[in-house]
Amino acid sequence: MKPRPFDYIRPDTIEEAVALLAEYGEGARILAGGQSLVPMLNLRIVDAEALIDVSRIGALDVIRDRGDTIEVGAAVTQNKLIAWPQLKQKLPLVAAALPHVGHFQTRNKGTVCGSIAHADPSSELPLTLALLGGEVVLKSQRGERMLAANEFQKDMLTTARAPDELIAAVRFPVANGKWIERGVAFREVARRHGDFAIVAVAALAENKNAVRLGVGGMTGKPAVRRIAAKESTAAIAAWADELEGYEDLHASAAMRRDLFRNLAPLAIEEAIRCAA
Amino acid sequence: MRRVKRNERVRVGLTLNGRKLAAEAEPRTLLCDFLRHALGATGTHVGCEHGVCGACTVLIDGVATRSCLTLAVQAEGREVHTVESLAGPDGTLNPLQQAFRDHHGLQCGFCTPGILMSFTDYLSRNPHASEAEIRDVLSGHLCRCTGYAGIVAAVKDVTKSSP
Repeated sequence: MKPRPFDYIRPDTIEEAVALLAEYGEGARILAGGQSLVPMLNLRIVDAEALIDVSRIGALDVIRDRGDTIEVGAAVTQNKLIAWPQLKQKLPLVAAALPHVGHFQTRNKGTVCGSIAHADPSSELPLTLALLGGEVVLKSQRGERMLAANEFQKDMLTTARAPDELIAAVRFPVANGKWIERGVAFREVARRHGDFAIVAVAALAENKNAVRLGVGGMTGKPAVRRIAAKESTAAIAAWADELEGYEDLHASAAMRRDLFRNLAPLAIEEAIRCAA
Repeated sequence: MRRVKRNERVRVGLTLNGRKLAAEAEPRTLLCDFLRHALGATGTHVGCEHGVCGACTVLIDGVATRSCLTLAVQAEGREVHTVESLAGPDGTLNPLQQAFRDHHGLQCGFCTPGILMSFTDYLSRNPHASEAEIRDVLSGHLCRCTGYAGIVAAVKDVTKSSP
Protein backbone atom coordinates (compact mmCIF):
# COMPACT_ATOMS: atom_id res chain seq x y z
CA MET A 1 0.00 0.00 0.00
CA LYS A 2 0.97 3.66 -0.23
CA PRO A 3 1.18 6.05 2.71
CA ARG A 4 -1.38 8.77 3.36
CA PRO A 5 -0.13 12.31 2.58
CA PHE A 6 2.28 14.13 4.90
CA ASP A 7 4.56 17.16 4.79
CA TYR A 8 8.23 16.34 4.23
CA ILE A 9 10.90 18.49 5.79
CA ARG A 10 14.63 17.91 5.67
CA PRO A 11 16.38 20.19 8.17
CA ASP A 12 20.12 20.80 7.88
CA THR A 13 20.85 21.17 11.59
CA ILE A 14 19.76 19.77 14.96
CA GLU A 15 18.44 23.26 15.89
CA GLU A 16 16.17 23.29 12.84
CA ALA A 17 14.99 19.74 13.61
CA VAL A 18 13.97 20.54 17.20
CA ALA A 19 12.30 23.80 16.06
CA LEU A 20 10.19 21.74 13.62
CA LEU A 21 9.28 19.28 16.39
CA ALA A 22 8.13 22.21 18.53
CA GLU A 23 6.11 23.56 15.58
CA TYR A 24 4.32 20.31 14.65
CA GLY A 25 4.13 18.70 18.09
CA GLU A 26 2.43 15.29 18.14
CA GLY A 27 1.77 15.35 14.40
CA ALA A 28 5.47 15.05 13.58
CA ARG A 29 7.49 11.89 13.15
CA ILE A 30 11.26 11.76 12.91
CA LEU A 31 12.46 9.94 9.80
CA ALA A 32 16.01 8.60 9.94
CA GLY A 33 16.43 5.17 8.31
CA GLY A 34 12.71 4.60 7.88
CA GLN A 35 12.94 0.82 8.26
CA SER A 36 10.29 0.68 11.01
CA LEU A 37 8.39 3.92 10.29
CA VAL A 38 7.89 3.62 6.52
CA PRO A 39 6.40 0.09 6.64
CA MET A 40 3.89 1.39 9.21
CA LEU A 41 3.11 4.41 7.02
CA ASN A 42 2.75 2.19 3.93
CA LEU A 43 0.41 -0.17 5.79
CA ARG A 44 -1.42 2.89 7.17
CA ILE A 45 -1.00 1.67 10.73
CA VAL A 46 0.54 5.07 11.48
CA ASP A 47 -0.25 8.53 10.13
CA ALA A 48 1.95 11.58 10.28
CA GLU A 49 1.21 15.23 9.67
CA ALA A 50 4.88 15.76 8.90
CA LEU A 51 8.03 13.69 8.49
CA ILE A 52 11.20 15.39 9.67
CA ASP A 53 14.09 13.72 7.85
CA VAL A 54 17.23 13.92 10.00
CA SER A 55 19.27 11.46 7.95
CA ARG A 56 21.42 14.16 6.35
CA ILE A 57 22.30 16.05 9.54
CA GLY A 58 26.06 15.45 9.75
CA ALA A 59 26.22 16.17 13.51
CA LEU A 60 23.91 13.18 14.12
CA ASP A 61 25.94 10.76 11.97
CA VAL A 62 28.69 10.31 14.55
CA ILE A 63 29.98 7.45 16.75
CA ARG A 64 31.84 9.01 19.67
CA ASP A 65 34.03 7.30 22.27
CA ARG A 66 33.32 9.18 25.52
CA GLY A 67 35.45 6.91 27.70
CA ASP A 68 32.82 5.28 29.90
CA THR A 69 30.25 5.17 27.13
CA ILE A 70 30.07 4.98 23.36
CA GLU A 71 27.65 7.54 21.95
CA VAL A 72 25.82 6.66 18.74
CA GLY A 73 24.06 9.53 16.96
CA ALA A 74 20.55 9.43 15.52
CA ALA A 75 21.65 9.15 11.89
CA VAL A 76 24.13 6.28 12.44
CA THR A 77 22.93 3.16 10.62
CA GLN A 78 23.15 -0.31 12.12
CA ASN A 79 25.64 -1.38 9.43
CA LYS A 80 27.79 1.68 10.12
CA LEU A 81 28.04 0.60 13.77
CA ILE A 82 28.80 -3.01 12.72
CA ALA A 83 31.64 -1.66 10.56
CA TRP A 84 33.03 0.54 13.38
CA PRO A 85 36.52 -0.93 13.92
CA GLN A 86 36.36 -0.78 17.74
CA LEU A 87 32.90 -2.31 18.16
CA LYS A 88 33.98 -5.85 19.14
CA GLN A 89 36.49 -4.58 21.65
CA LYS A 90 34.39 -1.79 23.23
CA LEU A 91 30.86 -3.15 22.91
CA PRO A 92 31.05 -6.93 22.42
CA LEU A 93 27.39 -7.43 23.39
CA VAL A 94 26.23 -4.91 20.78
CA ALA A 95 28.49 -6.66 18.25
CA ALA A 96 26.80 -9.98 19.10
CA ALA A 97 23.28 -8.54 18.90
CA LEU A 98 23.51 -6.42 15.73
CA PRO A 99 23.66 -9.25 13.15
CA HIS A 100 20.22 -10.35 14.45
CA VAL A 101 18.68 -6.94 13.66
CA GLY A 102 16.70 -7.23 10.42
CA HIS A 103 18.67 -8.05 7.29
CA PHE A 104 21.85 -6.75 5.64
CA GLN A 105 19.65 -4.63 3.36
CA THR A 106 17.57 -3.06 6.15
CA ARG A 107 20.63 -2.52 8.38
CA ASN A 108 22.09 -0.42 5.54
CA LYS A 109 19.42 2.21 6.26
CA GLY A 110 17.97 1.32 9.65
CA THR A 111 19.47 3.35 12.48
CA VAL A 112 20.50 2.28 15.98
CA CYS A 113 18.48 5.10 17.57
CA GLY A 114 15.49 4.37 15.34
CA SER A 115 15.27 0.80 16.59
CA ILE A 116 15.38 2.05 20.19
CA ALA A 117 12.80 4.75 19.41
CA HIS A 118 10.47 2.16 17.88
CA ALA A 119 10.61 0.21 21.19
CA ASP A 120 9.41 -3.14 19.95
CA PRO A 121 9.28 -5.39 23.04
CA SER A 122 11.33 -8.21 21.49
CA SER A 123 13.75 -6.12 19.44
CA GLU A 124 17.48 -6.60 19.96
CA LEU A 125 18.88 -3.10 20.44
CA PRO A 126 16.46 -1.95 23.19
CA LEU A 127 17.29 -5.19 25.06
CA THR A 128 21.01 -4.58 24.65
CA LEU A 129 20.72 -0.97 25.82
CA ALA A 130 18.62 -2.01 28.83
CA LEU A 131 20.99 -4.80 29.86
CA LEU A 132 24.06 -2.58 29.57
CA GLY A 133 22.28 0.17 31.55
CA GLY A 134 22.64 2.69 28.73
CA GLU A 135 21.09 6.10 28.26
CA VAL A 136 19.05 7.98 25.69
CA VAL A 137 19.93 11.61 24.90
CA LEU A 138 16.81 13.72 24.23
CA LYS A 139 17.01 17.22 22.77
CA SER A 140 14.34 19.88 22.44
CA GLN A 141 14.11 23.65 22.40
CA ARG A 142 13.66 23.37 26.17
CA GLY A 143 17.09 21.82 26.52
CA GLU A 144 18.71 18.41 26.77
CA ARG A 145 17.97 15.54 29.14
CA MET A 146 19.30 12.04 29.67
CA LEU A 147 17.07 9.08 30.42
CA ALA A 148 18.20 5.64 31.53
CA ALA A 149 17.07 2.93 29.07
CA ASN A 150 14.71 1.54 31.69
CA GLU A 151 12.99 4.91 32.16
CA PHE A 152 12.94 5.62 28.43
CA GLN A 153 11.07 2.52 27.27
CA LYS A 154 7.74 2.48 29.10
CA ASP A 155 5.92 -0.36 27.41
CA MET A 156 5.21 -1.97 24.04
CA LEU A 157 6.04 0.68 21.36
CA THR A 158 5.76 3.36 24.07
CA THR A 159 8.56 5.60 25.29
CA ALA A 160 8.99 8.58 27.62
CA ARG A 161 9.97 10.87 24.73
CA ALA A 162 7.92 14.10 24.76
CA PRO A 163 6.41 15.10 21.39
CA ASP A 164 8.87 17.99 20.99
CA GLU A 165 11.95 15.89 21.75
CA LEU A 166 14.48 14.47 19.32
CA ILE A 167 16.36 11.30 20.24
CA ALA A 168 19.75 12.80 19.42
CA ALA A 169 21.85 9.79 20.48
CA VAL A 170 22.08 6.72 22.68
CA ARG A 171 24.98 5.87 24.98
CA PHE A 172 26.15 2.28 25.47
CA PRO A 173 28.35 1.81 28.58
CA VAL A 174 31.65 -0.04 28.18
CA ALA A 175 32.50 -2.83 30.63
CA ASN A 176 34.78 -0.78 32.87
CA GLY A 177 35.10 -3.43 35.61
CA LYS A 178 31.32 -3.80 36.10
CA TRP A 179 31.28 -7.02 34.14
CA ILE A 180 33.82 -9.07 32.22
CA GLU A 181 34.34 -7.52 28.82
CA ARG A 182 34.35 -10.69 26.77
CA GLY A 183 31.76 -12.50 28.88
CA VAL A 184 28.76 -11.77 26.70
CA ALA A 185 26.14 -13.84 24.91
CA PHE A 186 23.11 -13.09 22.77
CA ARG A 187 20.53 -15.69 21.73
CA GLU A 188 17.13 -15.42 20.13
CA VAL A 189 14.39 -17.47 18.55
CA ALA A 190 12.58 -16.03 15.53
CA ARG A 191 10.32 -17.64 12.93
CA ARG A 192 12.72 -16.67 10.15
CA HIS A 193 16.19 -15.16 10.18
CA GLY A 194 15.82 -11.37 10.29
CA ASP A 195 12.34 -11.35 11.83
CA PHE A 196 11.74 -9.72 15.17
CA ALA A 197 12.60 -12.26 17.85
CA ILE A 198 9.81 -14.12 19.63
CA VAL A 199 12.08 -14.22 22.67
CA ALA A 200 15.61 -12.79 22.87
CA VAL A 201 18.04 -13.29 25.74
CA ALA A 202 21.31 -11.49 26.46
CA ALA A 203 23.83 -12.12 29.23
CA LEU A 204 26.81 -10.30 30.75
CA ALA A 205 29.12 -12.28 33.02
CA GLU A 206 29.96 -10.40 36.23
CA ASN A 207 32.28 -13.21 37.28
CA LYS A 208 32.25 -16.99 36.96
CA ASN A 209 29.39 -17.28 39.42
CA ALA A 210 26.89 -14.66 38.27
CA VAL A 211 25.50 -12.94 35.22
CA ARG A 212 23.26 -10.01 34.45
CA LEU A 213 20.53 -11.45 32.29
CA GLY A 214 18.19 -9.53 30.01
CA VAL A 215 15.12 -10.84 28.21
CA GLY A 216 13.00 -9.32 25.46
CA GLY A 217 9.66 -10.55 24.17
CA MET A 218 8.21 -11.55 27.54
CA THR A 219 6.68 -8.22 28.59
CA GLY A 220 6.13 -4.80 27.01
CA LYS A 221 9.76 -3.86 27.59
CA PRO A 222 13.03 -5.67 28.22
CA ALA A 223 13.51 -7.10 31.73
CA VAL A 224 16.89 -7.34 33.47
CA ARG A 225 17.94 -9.28 36.56
CA ARG A 226 21.11 -10.59 38.25
CA ILE A 227 21.21 -14.39 38.23
CA ALA A 228 23.60 -16.61 40.19
CA ALA A 229 24.90 -19.42 37.98
CA LYS A 230 24.43 -22.00 40.72
CA GLU A 231 20.66 -21.75 41.14
CA SER A 232 19.96 -20.40 37.68
CA THR A 233 17.44 -23.05 36.59
CA ALA A 234 15.10 -22.40 39.49
CA ALA A 235 15.62 -18.63 39.28
CA ILE A 236 14.78 -18.56 35.58
CA ALA A 237 11.72 -20.77 36.00
CA ALA A 238 10.42 -18.48 38.73
CA TRP A 239 11.21 -15.38 36.70
CA ALA A 240 9.46 -16.81 33.60
CA ASP A 241 6.28 -17.34 35.66
CA GLU A 242 6.56 -13.87 37.13
CA LEU A 243 6.92 -12.21 33.69
CA GLU A 244 4.06 -14.39 32.33
CA GLY A 245 4.78 -13.59 28.67
CA TYR A 246 2.14 -12.33 26.23
CA GLU A 247 0.25 -13.81 23.36
CA ASP A 248 0.32 -12.54 19.79
CA LEU A 249 0.21 -13.96 16.24
CA HIS A 250 3.65 -15.51 16.63
CA ALA A 251 3.51 -17.29 19.97
CA SER A 252 1.40 -18.00 23.01
CA ALA A 253 2.47 -16.80 26.46
CA ALA A 254 3.23 -20.41 27.45
CA MET A 255 5.49 -20.83 24.43
CA ARG A 256 7.34 -17.61 25.31
CA ARG A 257 7.93 -18.85 28.88
CA ASP A 258 9.18 -22.13 27.48
CA LEU A 259 11.53 -20.42 25.03
CA PHE A 260 12.88 -18.23 27.81
CA ARG A 261 13.47 -21.21 30.11
CA ASN A 262 15.37 -22.95 27.30
CA LEU A 263 17.34 -20.00 25.91
CA ALA A 264 18.49 -18.47 29.20
CA PRO A 265 20.74 -21.38 30.35
CA LEU A 266 22.47 -21.37 26.93
CA ALA A 267 23.18 -17.63 27.18
CA ILE A 268 24.37 -17.89 30.80
CA GLU A 269 26.66 -20.80 30.00
CA GLU A 270 28.07 -19.04 26.92
CA ALA A 271 28.69 -15.74 28.74
CA ILE A 272 30.53 -17.46 31.60
CA ARG A 273 32.52 -19.62 29.19
CA CYS A 274 33.55 -16.57 27.11
CA ALA A 275 34.53 -14.72 30.29
CA ALA A 276 36.91 -17.48 31.36
CA MET B 1 16.27 23.08 4.59
CA ARG B 2 14.01 21.29 2.10
CA ARG B 3 10.32 21.67 2.84
CA VAL B 4 7.50 20.15 0.77
CA LYS B 5 3.82 20.45 1.68
CA ARG B 6 1.71 17.32 1.64
CA ASN B 7 -0.14 17.89 -1.64
CA GLU B 8 2.62 19.80 -3.35
CA ARG B 9 4.33 18.23 -6.35
CA VAL B 10 7.99 19.13 -6.59
CA ARG B 11 10.78 18.40 -9.02
CA VAL B 12 13.09 15.71 -7.66
CA GLY B 13 16.43 15.27 -9.37
CA LEU B 14 18.76 12.33 -9.00
CA THR B 15 21.36 10.42 -10.98
CA LEU B 16 19.92 7.16 -12.29
CA ASN B 17 22.45 4.69 -13.66
CA GLY B 18 24.83 7.54 -14.47
CA ARG B 19 22.25 9.87 -16.08
CA LYS B 20 20.98 13.01 -14.36
CA LEU B 21 17.18 12.88 -14.42
CA ALA B 22 14.34 14.75 -12.77
CA ALA B 23 10.59 14.34 -12.47
CA GLU B 24 7.73 15.40 -10.23
CA ALA B 25 6.87 13.72 -6.96
CA GLU B 26 4.74 14.29 -3.88
CA PRO B 27 6.32 13.83 -0.44
CA ARG B 28 4.62 10.43 -0.09
CA THR B 29 5.80 9.10 -3.47
CA LEU B 30 7.90 5.99 -2.83
CA LEU B 31 11.21 5.74 -4.65
CA CYS B 32 10.17 2.45 -6.30
CA ASP B 33 7.09 4.11 -7.80
CA PHE B 34 9.09 7.18 -8.79
CA LEU B 35 11.62 5.01 -10.65
CA ARG B 36 8.94 3.00 -12.44
CA HIS B 37 6.19 5.52 -13.13
CA ALA B 38 7.95 8.88 -13.28
CA LEU B 39 11.31 7.85 -14.73
CA GLY B 40 10.15 4.79 -16.68
CA ALA B 41 12.80 2.47 -15.22
CA THR B 42 10.64 -0.63 -14.78
CA GLY B 43 13.47 -3.06 -14.04
CA THR B 44 12.92 -2.52 -10.31
CA HIS B 45 10.01 -4.68 -9.18
CA VAL B 46 7.57 -3.91 -6.38
CA GLY B 47 6.38 -6.78 -4.22
CA CYS B 48 5.26 -6.41 -0.63
CA GLU B 49 5.67 -2.63 -0.23
CA HIS B 50 6.75 -2.96 3.39
CA GLY B 51 10.37 -3.98 3.17
CA VAL B 52 10.07 -7.74 3.59
CA CYS B 53 10.35 -9.29 0.12
CA GLY B 54 13.39 -7.39 -1.19
CA ALA B 55 12.25 -7.29 -4.84
CA CYS B 56 12.57 -3.47 -4.97
CA THR B 57 16.18 -3.34 -3.67
CA VAL B 58 18.30 -0.71 -5.47
CA LEU B 59 21.63 0.95 -4.72
CA ILE B 60 21.59 4.47 -3.29
CA ASP B 61 25.11 5.87 -3.29
CA GLY B 62 26.29 2.29 -3.72
CA VAL B 63 24.36 0.90 -0.74
CA ALA B 64 21.63 -1.75 -1.16
CA THR B 65 18.35 -0.19 -0.03
CA ARG B 66 14.65 -1.06 -0.09
CA SER B 67 13.22 1.45 -2.57
CA CYS B 68 9.71 0.84 -1.16
CA LEU B 69 10.92 2.12 2.23
CA THR B 70 12.55 5.19 0.72
CA LEU B 71 10.69 8.32 -0.35
CA ALA B 72 11.59 9.75 -3.73
CA VAL B 73 12.42 13.09 -2.04
CA GLN B 74 14.90 11.28 0.22
CA ALA B 75 16.87 10.17 -2.84
CA GLU B 76 17.13 13.75 -4.11
CA GLY B 77 20.66 14.47 -5.35
CA ARG B 78 21.73 10.87 -4.76
CA GLU B 79 23.23 8.30 -7.16
CA VAL B 80 20.72 5.52 -7.74
CA HIS B 81 21.62 2.29 -9.52
CA THR B 82 19.04 -0.23 -10.63
CA VAL B 83 19.22 -3.59 -12.41
CA GLU B 84 19.28 -1.69 -15.74
CA SER B 85 22.85 -0.62 -14.91
CA LEU B 86 24.30 -4.12 -14.79
CA ALA B 87 24.44 -5.38 -18.39
CA GLY B 88 26.71 -3.78 -20.99
CA PRO B 89 25.32 -1.34 -23.58
CA ASP B 90 25.06 -4.20 -26.11
CA GLY B 91 23.08 -6.32 -23.62
CA THR B 92 26.00 -8.52 -22.54
CA LEU B 93 25.22 -9.82 -19.05
CA ASN B 94 27.68 -8.94 -16.31
CA PRO B 95 29.39 -11.84 -14.47
CA LEU B 96 26.78 -11.92 -11.67
CA GLN B 97 23.87 -11.96 -14.13
CA GLN B 98 25.60 -14.60 -16.28
CA ALA B 99 26.13 -16.79 -13.21
CA PHE B 100 22.40 -16.54 -12.39
CA ARG B 101 21.63 -17.71 -15.94
CA ASP B 102 24.22 -20.53 -15.76
CA HIS B 103 23.02 -21.88 -12.40
CA HIS B 104 19.28 -21.50 -12.87
CA GLY B 105 19.27 -18.72 -10.28
CA LEU B 106 15.93 -17.47 -11.54
CA GLN B 107 12.73 -18.76 -12.97
CA CYS B 108 9.97 -16.14 -13.19
CA GLY B 109 12.48 -13.36 -12.53
CA PHE B 110 10.28 -11.20 -10.32
CA CYS B 111 12.62 -11.20 -7.33
CA THR B 112 15.83 -11.25 -9.39
CA PRO B 113 16.51 -7.49 -9.85
CA GLY B 114 16.53 -6.95 -6.08
CA ILE B 115 18.75 -9.96 -5.41
CA LEU B 116 21.23 -8.85 -8.08
CA MET B 117 21.44 -5.36 -6.56
CA SER B 118 21.94 -6.70 -3.02
CA PHE B 119 24.84 -8.87 -4.12
CA THR B 120 26.27 -6.06 -6.27
CA ASP B 121 26.66 -4.10 -3.02
CA TYR B 122 27.66 -7.03 -0.81
CA LEU B 123 30.27 -8.54 -3.15
CA SER B 124 31.87 -5.13 -3.59
CA ARG B 125 32.49 -5.14 0.19
CA ASN B 126 33.25 -8.84 0.51
CA PRO B 127 34.25 -10.34 -2.87
CA HIS B 128 35.14 -13.75 -1.37
CA ALA B 129 31.98 -14.18 0.70
CA SER B 130 31.45 -17.60 2.29
CA GLU B 131 28.32 -19.67 1.67
CA ALA B 132 27.06 -18.74 5.16
CA GLU B 133 27.53 -15.04 4.39
CA ILE B 134 25.81 -15.43 1.02
CA ARG B 135 22.84 -17.15 2.69
CA ASP B 136 22.69 -14.43 5.34
CA VAL B 137 22.43 -11.69 2.69
CA LEU B 138 19.95 -13.78 0.68
CA SER B 139 17.71 -14.06 3.76
CA GLY B 140 16.71 -10.46 2.99
CA HIS B 141 14.92 -11.64 -0.17
CA LEU B 142 11.98 -13.86 -0.96
CA CYS B 143 11.99 -16.07 -4.06
CA ARG B 144 9.04 -18.39 -4.64
CA CYS B 145 10.42 -20.33 -7.64
CA THR B 146 13.99 -21.51 -7.30
CA GLY B 147 14.29 -22.75 -3.76
CA TYR B 148 17.41 -20.57 -3.43
CA ALA B 149 19.95 -23.34 -4.18
CA GLY B 150 20.57 -22.02 -7.70
CA ILE B 151 20.97 -18.48 -6.38
CA VAL B 152 23.54 -19.56 -3.78
CA ALA B 153 25.42 -21.56 -6.44
CA ALA B 154 25.44 -18.55 -8.78
CA VAL B 155 26.84 -16.16 -6.18
CA LYS B 156 29.43 -18.73 -5.04
CA ASP B 157 30.56 -19.07 -8.62
CA VAL B 158 31.16 -15.31 -8.81
CA THR B 159 33.13 -15.31 -5.53
CA LYS B 160 35.39 -18.06 -6.89
CA SER B 161 36.25 -16.22 -10.09
CA SER B 162 36.79 -12.82 -8.46
CA PRO B 163 40.46 -11.77 -8.18
